[in-house]
Amino acid sequence: MSTPASSPLLLLHPDDNSLVARRSLVAGEEVTIDGESIRMPQAVALGHKVARRALQSGIAVLKYGAPIGSTTQPVAKGEHLHLHNLKSDYLPSHTRQAKSNSDAH
Amino acid sequence: MQGYLRSDGRKGIRNIVAVAYLVECAHHVSRLIVQKAGTDDVHLIGFPGCYPNAYSLQMMKQLCTHPNVGAVLLVSLGCEGFNREALQSAIAASGRPVELLVIQQAGGTLKTLHAGLAAVKRMREMIANTPMVPMRLNELVVGTICGGSDGTSGLTANPAVGRCFDELVKAGTACIFEETGELIGCERIMADRAITPELGVEIDSCVKKAADYYRIMGYGSFAPGNAEGGLTTLEEKSMGAYSKSGSSTISGLLKPGDVPPTGGLYLLDVVPDGEPRFGFPNISDNAEIVELIACGSHVILFTTGRGSVVGSAISPVIKVCANPETYRRMEDDMDVDAGRILEGRATLDEVGSEILALVSAVAAGERSKSEALGHQEFILTYKQFEPIGPACLPASVRIPAQIA
Repeated sequence: MSTPASSPLLLLHPDDNSLVARRSLVAGEEVTIDGESIRMPQAVALGHKVARRALQSGIAVLKYGAPIGSTTQPVAKGEHLHLHNLKSDYLPSHTRQAKSNSDAH
Repeated sequence: MQGYLRSDGRKGIRNIVAVAYLVECAHHVSRLIVQKAGTDDVHLIGFPGCYPNAYSLQMMKQLCTHPNVGAVLLVSLGCEGFNREALQSAIAASGRPVELLVIQQAGGTLKTLHAGLAAVKRMREMIANTPMVPMRLNELVVGTICGGSDGTSGLTANPAVGRCFDELVKAGTACIFEETGELIGCERIMADRAITPELGVEIDSCVKKAADYYRIMGYGSFAPGNAEGGLTTLEEKSMGAYSKSGSSTISGLLKPGDVPPTGGLYLLDVVPDGEPRFGFPNISDNAEIVELIACGSHVILFTTGRGSVVGSAISPVIKVCANPETYRRMEDDMDVDAGRILEGRATLDEVGSEILALVSAVAAGERSKSEALGHQEFILTYKQFEPIGPACLPASVRIPAQIA
């Protein structure tokens, strides 16, 4: 892991275009991604991912240096990467019906 | 560390009496026997189906002759399809005390309960003097599973178990990882770690089999809680799960009930062969735990991010909690706080060493959290398998147990 120990966003592999939240982050919180300071566009919970850079639709998302799926819409730098903008290249993910709306962001 | 010496030469780290129902209709009577026995070394296992099935018979044989099991009480209703005679004679042939109660012959619930309690008492006395002999790490089989995974699992608990596995494999322990359906996307990198190219081909094709099977089922092995915890796709979950295997060479590919012939790292193929016939490959985490135990696992390392509480009948389960927030919420159920790694309070190597020390302690008799809390979950359902091919165990020609 090449990110400084103090950063709340972890870069797991140098090739990755995603980062993982080491702790829960609140909306508007200032974070540094590759030397650039940005404000978190939304809250991101511990263990969730954000985009390391702006991504077009249909791009392979890399984590651990490995592809974990493709974007389904453009994603801004620092934006939450999850079910609403990232899908499996193998089998679709399913969520609890009653909760899926609130989980999507 | 000392083990209970069994007549087949294997050594156990526990000395339990298993009470086994052979159809759901005998479940309640069996549960009553276990409850009224009132001691935590009497465990309930069983198979609910009435139709015969080669896999379930083989699994019950392997479970009832597991080195942690000292004696077995079989409880049959009487009319079910399970081949109770074959199971009873396999247990007897292993040198273990075994008794069979048939509820229809014994005269119903209360008479079977009384006969069962007397049988359990007799058998506990018989196995109380089982010889204890020195046992080394290379005589241990350790299985690992992840359940309730989240975005932290692949960062902390899983790679920490991987470090522990690397050390155990060096010491000659047989280590088993599994759920080929949760390794979809990792098949190529995993195949490259196989001890022979032929084993690599087998690994690649068993993951492809899993992907096909899950595709027909309509769901991948991906629960809603995985998404709530930050995992978005099956292949992302796979990469995290894969890190439990550590970095050792993969020595072989097993199917449920195959006991590793030597030390080393083994992949367990839990997805049935042939056309899907009986539904989802593993309906919940305990189905996988039971298969790891049927392969001889003395101890199970269970990693969780969201927070599972389950244990198991027969073999103790050690909980390695990946998520520091979950740990603080569910500390009573967790043996290891791997989330410290995320907060800079420990390194992967330190947590790996801690897990290794705990494996030795639990093998020496210390109770894991789930064990002390009385968790003895168990589930076994229908499946079908072909025996493993000759390329699956290249290091050894001897396969002690195989699915018939």
